[in-house]
Amino acid sequence: MTAPVAEPETIISPETELERDLLRGLLEEAPDDEPQTEAETPVRQLVIINWSGEFDRVMPTLIMANAAAAMGYQTKVFTTFWGLLPFVKDQKRIVGENWMQKMLAFMQRPGISHLKTSKMNFFGMGPWMMGVLSRKYNVASPKELLEAAEALGVEFMPCQMTMDMFGLKREDMIDGLGAPVGAATVLELMTQPNTASLFI
Amino acid sequence: MTLTENNPAGTVKVTTLDAKGLKCPMPIVKTAQAIKTVGSGDLLEVLTTDPGAVADFAAWSRATGNTLVEQTLVEGVYRFVLRRK
Repeated sequence: MTAPVAEPETIISPETELERDLLRGLLEEAPDDEPQTEAETPVRQLVIINWSGEFDRVMPTLIMANAAAAMGYQTKVFTTFWGLLPFVKDQKRIVGENWMQKMLAFMQRPGISHLKTSKMNFFGMGPWMMGVLSRKYNVASPKELLEAAEALGVEFMPCQMTMDMFGLKREDMIDGLGAPVGAATVLELMTQPNTASLFI
Repeated sequence: MTLTENNPAGTVKVTTLDAKGLKCPMPIVKTAQAIKTVGSGDLLEVLTTDPGAVADFAAWSRATGNTLVEQTLVEGVYRFVLRRK
């Protein structure tokens, strides 16, 4: 057989199943020249892992969450370990099912209005001074920030494992709390495009 | 008044939000809530005493697409005028 002169349409004639699939893929991905007029700005997302129940960590969590939601970011706060206790209803004093869980709640009073400071707690003197200073300088309280965040649509996601370990029931928690989730859910959110993630 | 000069008919509504005395992040939180109450193309005037708001309102307007039309400082009060997109 002499050297064939390939005609234009035979250059990409698919011979095998694989080639046909590849060719189909190429054709489907061919760019169309339709102008993209809307949705130019991608949806941005902020994911915070709130691990601590201390005043000086919950505050930045709530401030960043509020700011992000105000800027139109989809904002999600995963609350885990001690970070779950601020999301127990304020009026709950003792939570848990067994004596050890109850003891933990006694030692670390749950609720957004009962946060301790990580440094200089001094049996409540640190948080009291923090509260006085906050009011003096008109800084929003954790409770106000939590209510503002809920109003702006910040999604709070409790950690299922921590709920179980602390013996927390749904009715112990604030109404705005979402369904309990696990680590894989959070990781999936954190690895989405246009997403900032914080571990506070 | 510069705010309505592009709209001589005076159809642009100006709503004022008093956020004086509030600290970060409340000025932009209140602004985000207030901007929803004004119509597209209308103006929201925000008054604040937080010096951090200068950078924050610029960032907020870039992120949300609402235009920062005017910004002044008079006797310690920052005034931001935002046009809703």
